[in-house]
Amino acid sequence: MNNNMNNNEVALNIDGLQIKANKGITILQAALENNIYIPNLCYSPYLKPGGACRLCMVEIDDGRLVTSCETPVEQGMNVVTENSKINNVRKLVAELLIANHEVDCLTCAKNDHCKLQEIAAYLGIEKEKLGNLRRVLFEIPKDTSNPFFDRDLGKCILCGICVRICRDILGVSAIDFGFRGYETRITTFSDKPILESSCVSCGECVVGCPVGALVPKNTLQPSREVKTICPYCGVGCGIYLGVRGNTIVNVRGDSDNPVNKGNLCVKGRFGYNFINHPKRLTTPLIKRNGKFIEVTWDEALDYIARNISKYVGDSFAAIASAKCSNEENYVFQKFTRAVMGTNNIDHCARLCHVSTVAGLGKTLGSGAMTNTIAEIADSACIFAIGTNTTSTHPITALGIIKAVQNGGKLIVANPREIDLCRHADIWLQHCPGTDVVLLMGMMRQIVDRELFDSSFVNDRCENFNLFKKSLREFDLDSVEKITGVNKDKIIEAAKTFASSKTASILYSMGITQHSHGTDNVIAVSNLALLTGNIGKPSAGVNPLRGQNNVQGSCDMGCLPDVYPGYQSVEDYKILEKFQRAWDCKLNKSSGLTLPQIIESAHDGKIRAMYIVGENLILSEPNSSHVIESLEKLEFAVVQDIFLTETALLADVVLPACTFAERDGTFTNTERRVQLFQRAIKPLGSSKPDWWITCEISKRLGAKGFDFHNTKEILEEIASLTPIYGGIFYDRLEKGGLQWPCSDAEDNGTSILHMNQFATENGKGKFLPLSYKPSAELPDNEYPFILTTGRSLYQYHTGTMTRMVEGLNKLYGHDFVEINPKDASDLDINHDEFVRVISRRGEVKAKAKLTDALPKGVIFMTFHFAETPTNILTNSAMDPISNTPELKFCAVKIEKDTE
Amino acid sequence: MGKDLREILSFYKGDRSNLIPILQDIQANFGYLPENAILEISKFTKIPESEIYGVATFYAQFRFTPIGKKHIMVCEGTACHVKGADQIMEGIERYLDIKEGETTPDLECSLESVACLGCCALAPCAMVNEKVESNLTLKDIKKLFSKNSK
Repeated sequence: MNNNMNNNEVALNIDGLQIKANKGITILQAALENNIYIPNLCYSPYLKPGGACRLCMVEIDDGRLVTSCETPVEQGMNVVTENSKINNVRKLVAELLIANHEVDCLTCAKNDHCKLQEIAAYLGIEKEKLGNLRRVLFEIPKDTSNPFFDRDLGKCILCGICVRICRDILGVSAIDFGFRGYETRITTFSDKPILESSCVSCGECVVGCPVGALVPKNTLQPSREVKTICPYCGVGCGIYLGVRGNTIVNVRGDSDNPVNKGNLCVKGRFGYNFINHPKRLTTPLIKRNGKFIEVTWDEALDYIARNISKYVGDSFAAIASAKCSNEENYVFQKFTRAVMGTNNIDHCARLCHVSTVAGLGKTLGSGAMTNTIAEIADSACIFAIGTNTTSTHPITALGIIKAVQNGGKLIVANPREIDLCRHADIWLQHCPGTDVVLLMGMMRQIVDRELFDSSFVNDRCENFNLFKKSLREFDLDSVEKITGVNKDKIIEAAKTFASSKTASILYSMGITQHSHGTDNVIAVSNLALLTGNIGKPSAGVNPLRGQNNVQGSCDMGCLPDVYPGYQSVEDYKILEKFQRAWDCKLNKSSGLTLPQIIESAHDGKIRAMYIVGENLILSEPNSSHVIESLEKLEFAVVQDIFLTETALLADVVLPACTFAERDGTFTNTERRVQLFQRAIKPLGSSKPDWWITCEISKRLGAKGFDFHNTKEILEEIASLTPIYGGIFYDRLEKGGLQWPCSDAEDNGTSILHMNQFATENGKGKFLPLSYKPSAELPDNEYPFILTTGRSLYQYHTGTMTRMVEGLNKLYGHDFVEINPKDASDLDINHDEFVRVISRRGEVKAKAKLTDALPKGVIFMTFHFAETPTNILTNSAMDPISNTPELKFCAVKIEKDTE
Repeated sequence: MGKDLREILSFYKGDRSNLIPILQDIQANFGYLPENAILEISKFTKIPESEIYGVATFYAQFRFTPIGKKHIMVCEGTACHVKGADQIMEGIERYLDIKEGETTPDLECSLESVACLGCCALAPCAMVNEKVESNLTLKDIKKLFSKNSK
């Protein structure tokens, strides 16, 4: 046996059975791996050993009883899992637990998958013995405050799994042991209902609870499960949809998925009720005399074909959706280019990460996350700038928490005291809009102190000297003055970042949504190049993308200047290739970007629009202007799952399917293309988006839209898109693939720029930068800075999450967050209505006084149609990416006297 | 008494090991552990507030509600127990309409039980602020509060 053992293994003997186990694992793990059951309650494969329940006791060579969950395997060890000595201990422990457990099994939601039941059965607990052990049960009322799960402490066995999950995996620590002693129980801070605690409702503790103390509110068991991908943010977690009939009844994390490893956030786990929601659009609607009339698909499609054919050319614009699959976006841009003869196609990436695509495209040659989410946990230093990761990408945030627990340093740069600040070693609270100054200030310190990676800079980069010259402007005094960050902190952050073995930068909208967003991105890229943190594991420049398929929609060419795979529309050779493949003449000039499309609609140049799955009225800056523009259109088609604010303005509304009713692929933020699968049949007569686009194209006499399924579409994508060249359905069935993946032999690329950059000459490019203030600075009339963001419990414009009752209970209306000192100056009290006024409009919302914001800055989300924050925001945009400055505008605040 | 929260915290480094001395200091100054103080300690020491609460609830010395102007400690030691301390406690609870460990909303009275006041000969007894009230009967309860004494 020893002959074929490798160095990482040890051989041991459990109950006379010779087994091999990896070094470092525990006896319990080794036993379970070899299908040997040892009773256990407080063990979870995802947690460090707790050693609390004392049920997993085994006897080792010296006759001692040890907790097998805590004792590592050793070469030659002899383990006995059961004898009378062990049984005595186990039985007493189990009897004590059961005696004081509310035994109500048949009506308990955990019946049949309760670990205490399993143990009782295994050990053979006798009822007669229990009576003596029973103490007076404390009457603790059930905590039903959370909309998604209940806590029944009467059934709690104090294994501590929930406490450890909340602390060690989530970094939230909403619960802990309290009142230790005779009355020990799991408690929140101040013993309040869980809803009022810092709980983030992710439900991880509910999954981890071995008994019925934590159970979901909805306890319906599914009749079948379908493996698919979560439809919310860009992390792209693997999930199983639980289906009963044609209804989704639950969601559980897919522990085999490398992205989330089974973890889920509140939206992913509990936010599925929008799928079977009664308000779903189920029939096509045509507006006649100002009213929507239900029609058949044939009527709607014929009507669209008849009308839309009048606008072939540049008077037409298409808005794609980052919620749609790669296949759907591919078909949609093909329709726009090949059938409608225009490159006027864009989507919501314009509002978020086109600055990234533009900035990183210039410096690194590829505008996507350079590394993977899984690597974050091993970073020696994480620099999170302009990202509220725990709210917007909760599963990515778990990696940050893990990195911190592994001893990694965390630097957070954010004007708001976000949740991550609690875990940060350094928090840089810079003024909104001063990111370039902060980053350049740090880089100046790194260069002055010679902490940069000179061999990386010399061998792999270019343009360093010009960049170095531009650092002159950023001396500590000026940087401190502009950013408001103390000099020492800047030095400390610079030193920490530069001296870490691996340093990973994570960023999001706080970097990109500025009138100098591309500059911000370039500054981030400069920092990574300077410190040699690109092309190696657990480092890199990592833009966290927002929508589930925003990476894919960009990859698929739903942008006005590129075909799928970022192939320029203005490159003659590429044009030829697509003309040949699609058998048509294509428009040679780049189209309009989203803000330009809206502007052109306002000017009457764009006269027809086809909008898929986007709620422009809530998502664009300066909403009133957007409404005017849309109203001016001669013909507008909106395709969505609900009748959104934007759909109300359309001439035709088409009912699309949700992700649960169709198949396809999504590309997550780390370039991983993953398969999602149909779980239920489409609701009503709703249809997959690709089918709708193909039907319209065919009615317009176009060729090349005879797809029977999404598999065929993906094949066409692979044939025309080099970075997707090796991505096929049958491969994805075995697991996701990260592009670039050039052919069927290529297993994809997890880390970009390993040996050379994707730029033309293979070098990483430094770019000099200078400070550009935000477009609309506060003045006497509008003295406050409004910065916008997101809540964990809502998603984008709320089209999906507003339909989930529980999420609205957790965060159901918007607040204006304001510093208490500002509030007292304005005589504003907590929870009082205020009016927020900018040059473009006003919004009314309740004030929330919080120290999380510095004086002079207020914060709002944009999820709610009732408080359409984007009425206030400025449409001033980045000149290169056209991304609007959603993170900064000047406002004034008044007490609402009405 | 009299130090504010920031002043108290300024004496400490913010290590985990400072937690119990900080809690004691705060209780000495405020008479109890106010919620916002625990939240501040949490920020200062980077110990989650739930964990601080877990630690504080272990020790009988810490309280989470302010004490009233009249702080009543009902003795539940052996002698008092035998002489009906339970009824005295229930009687006071009923009279003040609060439970053991609570404070009246007007912050006039607070009530708690103690193990033994050490004057078993006077059982059942209770302490009102500094003064021992002895040989209590249910009838005495009303007097205890109507009296203008401290």
